[in-house]
Amino acid sequence: MDMKPFTPKDNESHPPLIHPPYKSSTSRSPSKDPIIVPQTISELTGPTFDHSELPEHSTDLTMNGRKTGEPLGERIIVTGRILDENGDPVPNAMVEIWQANSAGRYIDSEDHHQAPLDPNFLGAGRMLTDKDGWYRFLTLRPGAYPWGNHPNAWRPPHIHFSIFGANIMTRLVTQMYFEGDPLLQYDPICASASEEARVRMIADFSLEHTEEGFALGYLWDIVIRGPKATPFED
Amino acid sequence: MRCKKQTPSQTVGPFFSYGLTPQQYGYDHSDLGNGDLVTEGTDGEVITITGTIFNGEGGEMKHAVVEIWQADNAGNYADVVVKDRFSGFGRVGTGRGEDPRYRIRTIKPGSVDNDQAPHITLTIFSRGLMHHAFTRLYFSDEVEANAQDPLLQKLPAERRPTLIAQRVEEEGEVIYQFDIHMQGDQETVFLEF
Ligand SMILES: [Fe+3]
Repeated sequence: MDMKPFTPKDNESHPPLIHPPYKSSTSRSPSKDPIIVPQTISELTGPTFDHSELPEHSTDLTMNGRKTGEPLGERIIVTGRILDENGDPVPNAMVEIWQANSAGRYIDSEDHHQAPLDPNFLGAGRMLTDKDGWYRFLTLRPGAYPWGNHPNAWRPPHIHFSIFGANIMTRLVTQMYFEGDPLLQYDPICASASEEARVRMIADFSLEHTEEGFALGYLWDIVIRGPKATPFED
Repeated sequence: MRCKKQTPSQTVGPFFSYGLTPQQYGYDHSDLGNGDLVTEGTDGEVITITGTIFNGEGGEMKHAVVEIWQADNAGNYADVVVKDRFSGFGRVGTGRGEDPRYRIRTIKPGSVDNDQAPHITLTIFSRGLMHHAFTRLYFSDEVEANAQDPLLQKLPAERRPTLIAQRVEEEGEVIYQFDIHMQGDQETVFLEF
């Protein structure tokens, strides 16, 4: 097992713990700074997963929730690589996604938005990156949905991502947004990250990954913590 | 050299359950991890760790997720060889009911190296939490080991108790009670590595 130290959490890239425009952060996030402790074997290890743990059609969200037919919506391919800060691909990373359906409604029983459920859409998938760090899902473009944070608040269409890299320090849960979305500027969750950092959550339309006559392609690379280049770097 | 910058973290939101903890919440999807790490091949003392997560107003947090990562009873983290016996990884939600709490059945880990007291790493995700919070659970019956533990010793003495789970035995079941306070006088020590 590789026990090289890893780069620290980059606090300029991540949102502050408390971001008042996102109301529930004020009471549900730590108010004290975390205590920085040395990396030990407990942090330099983490769960590993293999292909036997992937359910059928787990990369195809247009298939894995079918009951009576095809789910409704605009098919999209979402693909990209998991990289570390050195630009090296992260192979065998576990990538989980979950999302609203094309009408902006989650299957979750506590989502009470007055938009239709789709009986053929679950909205969850998972996969392992290949040796070059690539992931790829076929899904439907999620709809925007309203929420109660402030008057006339709408979440921009987004896909939730969860990633396990080489060890628990690389753990990341984030959201992918879509290029050119007018709702992004009004969303306090997306805007919790600095202007410079927030562009790194936006997927670009990609003609190269678009499949003719079938689905639009979106390209989004995700960068997680990686091994320090040398033990002496900063 | 670093040529890429980290992708920002975002909240897990309120509607993750069918994706991250589907079986616990009754969705037709498989679990990547769950709240029972004990299999036939697992050696060690079977324990339950459980607790409530409190927000800054003292309210119980529903719909939070706790992930654990721990060594087996001999102090080894799972690689491909030991994974069959003990994965070391668990994930549960605090639920949507009256008494929202996480509950994980596992085994008490051994000491992972010569210095550290037995411990479990917890990662907490929730609506309102923009970046997950890491913490560690130590065991109340490991008084001597805890007194030598380098991480615990680094903490201000008055904050150390926030990382110690209290052992209780109920009807033959060994329970470690470990509440998490996101804020306030008893705010749990959260860690960065
Ligand atoms: Fe969402």
